[in-house]
Amino acid sequence: MQEKTKEIYLDSNASEPMRPEARDALVQSLTIMGNPASIHAAGRAARRVLEDARATVGRAVGAAPSEIVFCSGGTESNVAAITALSPGRTLLIGATEHDAVRAAGPCATILPVHQDGTLDLAALESALAAAGPALVCLMRANNETGVLHPIAAAAALCHAHGALLHVDAVQAAGRIPVDMAALGADTLALSAHKLGGPKGAGALVLKPGLHLPALIAGGGQERGRRGGTPALPAIAGFAAAIQAAGDAAHLAPLRDRLERAAIDAGAIVCGTGPRLPNTSCLALPGIAAHTQVITLDLAGIAVSAGAACSSGKITESRVLTAMGLADLAANAIRVSLPWNATAADVDAFIEAYCAMAQKKARVGRAAPPKPSVSHTLGSAGLSHGGISAAGTVAGAARPTQPSS
Amino acid sequence: MVYLDNQATTQCDPRVLAAMWPWFADHPGNPHSTEHQAGRRAADAVEAARAEIAALIGATPNEIIFTSGATEANNLAIKGAARFAAATERRRLITAATEHKCVLASVHDLAAEGFEPIILPVTEAGALDLEVLTAALHTPTLLVSIMAANNEIGVLHDLTTIAARAHAAGAHLHTDLAQAAGKIPLDMHAQDIDLASLSAHKLHGPKGIGALYVRRRPRMRLAALFSGGGQERGLRSGTLPTPLAVGFGEACRIARLDMNAEQTRIASLRDRLYAGLSARVPGLAMNAPTAPRLGGNISARFPGVRALDLIAACPDLAISTGSACTSADITPSHVLTALGLTPAEAASSLRIGIGRFNSPADIDTAIAQLCAAYAALAPARQAAAEA
Repeated sequence: MQEKTKEIYLDSNASEPMRPEARDALVQSLTIMGNPASIHAAGRAARRVLEDARATVGRAVGAAPSEIVFCSGGTESNVAAITALSPGRTLLIGATEHDAVRAAGPCATILPVHQDGTLDLAALESALAAAGPALVCLMRANNETGVLHPIAAAAALCHAHGALLHVDAVQAAGRIPVDMAALGADTLALSAHKLGGPKGAGALVLKPGLHLPALIAGGGQERGRRGGTPALPAIAGFAAAIQAAGDAAHLAPLRDRLERAAIDAGAIVCGTGPRLPNTSCLALPGIAAHTQVITLDLAGIAVSAGAACSSGKITESRVLTAMGLADLAANAIRVSLPWNATAADVDAFIEAYCAMAQKKARVGRAAPPKPSVSHTLGSAGLSHGGISAAGTVAGAARPTQPSS
Repeated sequence: MVYLDNQATTQCDPRVLAAMWPWFADHPGNPHSTEHQAGRRAADAVEAARAEIAALIGATPNEIIFTSGATEANNLAIKGAARFAAATERRRLITAATEHKCVLASVHDLAAEGFEPIILPVTEAGALDLEVLTAALHTPTLLVSIMAANNEIGVLHDLTTIAARAHAAGAHLHTDLAQAAGKIPLDMHAQDIDLASLSAHKLHGPKGIGALYVRRRPRMRLAALFSGGGQERGLRSGTLPTPLAVGFGEACRIARLDMNAEQTRIASLRDRLYAGLSARVPGLAMNAPTAPRLGGNISARFPGVRALDLIAACPDLAISTGSACTSADITPSHVLTALGLTPAEAASSLRIGIGRFNSPADIDTAIAQLCAAYAALAPARQAAAEA
């Protein structure tokens, strides 16, 4: 508490700190003055930066340069895919998808998830069988829990039923391998600032041969698929960041240590399916999520209660409710380690978190008996008995490669 | 290289780079994460930038919605206004033949949704004939979209008068300010404008950010182009790019303080360039010569040569045939065609855009190189024509 000047940022799922490689690429491209559509030397120099970036982003996700459509970010790429592909198709959207996806398909059929946060594949299959031509929208990794959907298996089901699959890979890219062919995606959304690039750039990746009408009509940029002068410095930073990112496997031991300490202090981990290596969604029964976030903020630690987009509003997590964890939804915070998180950051979090939990426990002794962990879990209908045993949860939390 | 294509894009001002830099380098916060310090700091910076943008155009900060650029702002204004009013009987959308491609494409897209796009012709001077506008407004009209300054020929439209005509007919007025902001005085409230689009990179800010002014009193209602996390009061979802917003704000602040002196200087450079070219290019003719235009703009025909050949012959000059978006097109510019130019005249037209960082020496270099290139190309052309 006394060291308030040092700020520890553990909210990377809201925005990753910029990687030095991205910063360098930005600096270089900021001084290029041309418009990439201009034919003079300045324009051609800008065009080269743009096309190099396109090739780099394509390589990172196993796509050809011509299949990369640059846009302003993850929200726009998700909405562009859904707007373009959904006419004439039934829209099937996972229950834990990002608001941008949910809002783009307000009349969609919602696909349920298991209590561990992963997609219910049997429910997907029956929805596909009932739907006729369909567009399925699923995230590779959830923004609040980090849970990974079994995308390859879902893609196989989609394609067996003639449906298209849009994958929101905004949280996954740069943290676990993301490959168009391995995932079986028809379209894929990426965001630069979620992988250590600058805010203001993203991409929609298209399966070869797929044509999309533009969401934003313009002067024919991006092969007529997205109007407007491309955001060159941000795009150059995006490419450098995705190239530098690799994966976030090195964060798993830090995250697991943080999580074990939190569990020992009384926390319950939400989302026990295969997960991103950097994310932990921790519920502390009896303390409102908002209070936890403010308490940690006062200790100089930045975390969030749910998605950043809705941080201003104080609502319970829709994601956790969809997982059958409604009882915990008002008490859960998201801790997401940035690419440059250190052991000292984790130590500081553990100290502040345990202090918060102990204070609650002291207050709780004077108050009516607090519900036990097992009671809370029971009322949420959970069956994984190992949740309070640190070893079991940490084991389940180990990052799983996207072979699923 | 001498950069004279400031209507395609402008060099990011070093002061803008300096303002953005800490936000790229040091602060990771998502400006929507207002629960922690990093997020609040980013949010404060974004709001300060919003106030600067508003100040440049005589608006209030809560009337500014950030977008990825003017193209998105134009799409949001036109499609958003039309879709919000989709249930009303007003179906007509009026714009002009010289508007930016993204405005024309937006009204074209809306035709498929049951709206009626009307593309008004312009006079030889590139101006809107107000009587033609008034006649078009006799059919109940939802929205009129007219740019403040043209991106190819620099012609300025009289927004105050157009706003009065549109409002008298019950229509809203949207204007594309991408080329005009920071170049001419603007006051959204005094000019009675409902919607206006801005681009940062046209006024020495960064690429990748723009804004839409949405009038509050009386309130202009829009449907969002895309929804999501509900940022920008639900009108524009997606994480705001804090550094770009900060850079945009700084660019607007500089433009507001320097505009008058800068435009006087730029106009004198433009006059110097045109005089220098006229002296050695017989028959050089300005397009839309009588119209009021941006201080830095020249759109001129070089008789007997193709502008593309001139550009190729001057590799050290960054100049263009017209809009950057369509630079690679070989079809004649829709703007020049709308002025009544023949395809050959359009193909001989060069656009030169003078900006903040051009010096008198740049102008003299441009005169020397263009005149030498013209002298080399013109006889070849004449010989070919005579053969």
